[in-house]
Amino acid sequence: MNPLAGTAADLVGLTILLPFLGFLVNGALAFLRPRDKRLVSIVGVGSVAAAFALGVAIFLAVLGAHPEAPYVQTLWTWMPVGDLQIAAALQVDQLSVMMLLVVTGVGALIHLFSVGYMGEDPGYARYFAYLNLFIAFMLVLVLSASFPVMFIGWEGVGLCSYLLIGFWYDDVAKAEAGLKAFLVNRIGDTGFMIAMFLIFAKLGTLDFVAVSAAAPDQLARGGGAVTAIALLLFLGCAGKSAQIPLYVWLPDAMAGPTPVSALIHAATMVTAGVFLVARANVFFALAPVAAAVVAGVGALTVLFAASIGLKQWDIKKVLAYSTVSQLGYMFVGVGVGAYTAGMFHLVTHAFFKALLFLGSGSVIHAMHHAYHHSHRHADAQDMRNMGGLGAFLPTTAKVMWVATLAIAGIPPLAGFFSKDEILLAAFTRGGENPFYYAVWAFGAVGALLTAFYMTRLMLYTFHGPNRTGDLERPHLHESPLVMTAPLIALAVLTVLGGALNLPHVATLHHWLEPVTRQAALIAGATEAPPGLEYGLMGLAVVIAVAGIALAVRLLKPAELLTPDNAPAERGFAKLLLEKYRVDELYDAVIIRPLLWFSRVVLWKGIDAGVIDTAGVNGSAALARGLGWIGSRLQTGQVGTYVVVFVIGALAVLVALMRMM
Amino acid sequence: MVTYAFWLFSGAAIVSAFLCITRRSPVASALWLVNTFFSIAGLFVLLDAHFLAAVQVLVYAGAIMVLFLFVIMLLNLGRPGPGDMKGWWGRGVAGVAGLVLAGELLVLRLVVLPAELVLPAGTVARTVREQGAVQAVALPLFQAYLVPFEIASLMLLAAIVGAVVLAKRRV
Amino acid sequence: MLLGPALAVSAILFSLGVVGVLLRRNAIIIFMCIELMLNAVNLAFVAFSQQLGIDGQVFVFFVMTVAAAEAAVGLAIVIAVYRHRETVNLQNINLLRG
Repeated sequence: MNPLAGTAADLVGLTILLPFLGFLVNGALAFLRPRDKRLVSIVGVGSVAAAFALGVAIFLAVLGAHPEAPYVQTLWTWMPVGDLQIAAALQVDQLSVMMLLVVTGVGALIHLFSVGYMGEDPGYARYFAYLNLFIAFMLVLVLSASFPVMFIGWEGVGLCSYLLIGFWYDDVAKAEAGLKAFLVNRIGDTGFMIAMFLIFAKLGTLDFVAVSAAAPDQLARGGGAVTAIALLLFLGCAGKSAQIPLYVWLPDAMAGPTPVSALIHAATMVTAGVFLVARANVFFALAPVAAAVVAGVGALTVLFAASIGLKQWDIKKVLAYSTVSQLGYMFVGVGVGAYTAGMFHLVTHAFFKALLFLGSGSVIHAMHHAYHHSHRHADAQDMRNMGGLGAFLPTTAKVMWVATLAIAGIPPLAGFFSKDEILLAAFTRGGENPFYYAVWAFGAVGALLTAFYMTRLMLYTFHGPNRTGDLERPHLHESPLVMTAPLIALAVLTVLGGALNLPHVATLHHWLEPVTRQAALIAGATEAPPGLEYGLMGLAVVIAVAGIALAVRLLKPAELLTPDNAPAERGFAKLLLEKYRVDELYDAVIIRPLLWFSRVVLWKGIDAGVIDTAGVNGSAALARGLGWIGSRLQTGQVGTYVVVFVIGALAVLVALMRMM
Repeated sequence: MVTYAFWLFSGAAIVSAFLCITRRSPVASALWLVNTFFSIAGLFVLLDAHFLAAVQVLVYAGAIMVLFLFVIMLLNLGRPGPGDMKGWWGRGVAGVAGLVLAGELLVLRLVVLPAELVLPAGTVARTVREQGAVQAVALPLFQAYLVPFEIASLMLLAAIVGAVVLAKRRV
Repeated sequence: MLLGPALAVSAILFSLGVVGVLLRRNAIIIFMCIELMLNAVNLAFVAFSQQLGIDGQVFVFFVMTVAAAEAAVGLAIVIAVYRHRETVNLQNINLLRG
């Protein structure tokens, strides 16, 4: 009997139901009373806040009960098909509760921010409906007890992502960004599904608890099957969590409203991949090659995305590539077997990245307001149009500096501890396999670049002279309290978040131990020598400070020109600005051939040629032909009929003769 | 004696039938058919169906063929005109079909009648001798087959009416 | 004892009737060939009645009745058709062509 039975954990289904009801109510209001913003706000924010409160209660229950095994609550039997028995079941354990708190907590803050940010948008009710639906699906994902249920959540958040990215669907480019996100995710989802099929074929079950128990016995360590499963699962993660080669949708996803970028594409949905690897850690522990691939791809993505971020001018694009890069760190963490480190970084990143996005949202909100007054149609998100905004938006500037220091890795802010733990784990593994030294190196250089581009962002936005324009300047002002309050709350979390897993105290590590113990046993945990630990920590600080200092030295915000006046980029800078032309590459290599194939082969060739001409028209022609032959019998001549009659009679007589 | 008469009448019937179907003139065909009917009447006598032989001559040769000739004369089809036989293909098909049919029927002749149905030889001849030719047929006709008899009379009425209506000129 | 040969004659007469129907185009002659076929059947019935009972002859009686009625009606139709089409050549009477 699980110690959680009979506690608040029994109500875990309610955490999903509340935001879902919020979706239904807000959806109805979108049709019936789109102007009633007050009711929408209350339902929208309230449902998520209530879910968070319930999450806290469940957390306290888990804290008190110390369950060694997950508490699975079956709601109903979903698909009983012969050997395949899938139930709609939810799982309460240390990992899922952790994610529950992050999703509902950060989610509630972002909902509150949206009240101010989207206040003047005509689609207000629809926005909150979608946002609530997203929270519901994300909770299904993190609270799922089996792969299929998780997949429902996985697809559901993909759907909400599509709906929210293309929220302003009148703009074709924005709608297409939503479509791009959905299609690229689909590729990853195929990997996930095939992995599910393989898991069922090999283990006969899809429930997490049963899979974790069966896998070490039934799957050969390092064998083809388990490696395939792990790699296919990682393909799904690469899609959802924007790793190479499927990251291309995330920068385009910035077309959606900024709070959406904060919630979905920073704090929650994109972390689903990391969560999946942590949840399915038994497979990655059994397949060292796959785990190495995860870490390698993560490391490569760190460096690749960070380099692109160096030269982007759109403030949200910088943050988007930063997110891709930081997700790479998380995958390095879970790839080297440091699941706690990866999850730790997930939580801290949720705090400071959400803060950065919301802060940029505050800036964009102010810029829009200013341009609205002057009726100019300039890009409110281009940093070259900003500058010196620290004077106009002091609160936003301060909290964003907190987040910048955190992401750069300055102690004692949250990002320092989490990033450092990941790099330490990678370096330690290097002792077994030099490959991981390279992983560490990528991570370290990535940290340098992170510090650099984030400082660049702050300098160009908040410092130096203001480039917005004389007409607009009087209208730049700080955002209202409903928007700044969540910013401050997130800043506090960013500062204190490091306490979750301080070195040697390792609170989070002990918390997650029941979940990660099995993987640690299979893969074998390595201990770092203490001197190494402090040495690397010091190195990390040096790198962070160096990055910031370099940015301050080399960049001259005063010399920036507005986009209209700026000269075109050349050389390597141009390549970075154009994000290594990866989208163009995909277009040429994949999309165009696919379109050509569809148009020429599938449409003209097979559909029009074979099916229409041979199949449909052909069968009609055949029928006509047969009918023509048949009509030849209807001559109207009695003579012909008599002949046929006689032949038939002769045949009957033959039959009679046979019977004799 | 009987055998000799039988072969005579059979030969006459077959030759007349062949000539009937191959003459160009409809009148000639009709007359040859009459001859066939007479021959068959003779065969009926040899098979102890005396009444039927008489009826054959009276009805078939005497009434039906007369009707045929009336119609031929009415429509002025009597003269031998251009042949209305089919071409070589038609003749080929007809010939083959006829031969096959004849062959099959001759083979079917070999069917053996079940023993329980066969009456002792000469039963019918004795009946005809004892009761007279007419009564021999009339007794079953008016006793066992009364209903078909009445229906046949109705059918004749329908035929009369139909023939009159069909052949009438529109006035 | 006359059954076998009588049936042979009947068979040949019947075949001749079929050949006639297949061979000729004149409607009246085709009718005559049909009468020939009926007669062949009558002969078969009578031949069998020697072995199976007087009922065969009764049946011949009915066949003759029906043949007479059919000849009357059929010739009436031929007359009607001739009035419209001026011909009894079956090749030309083909309004039901498909």
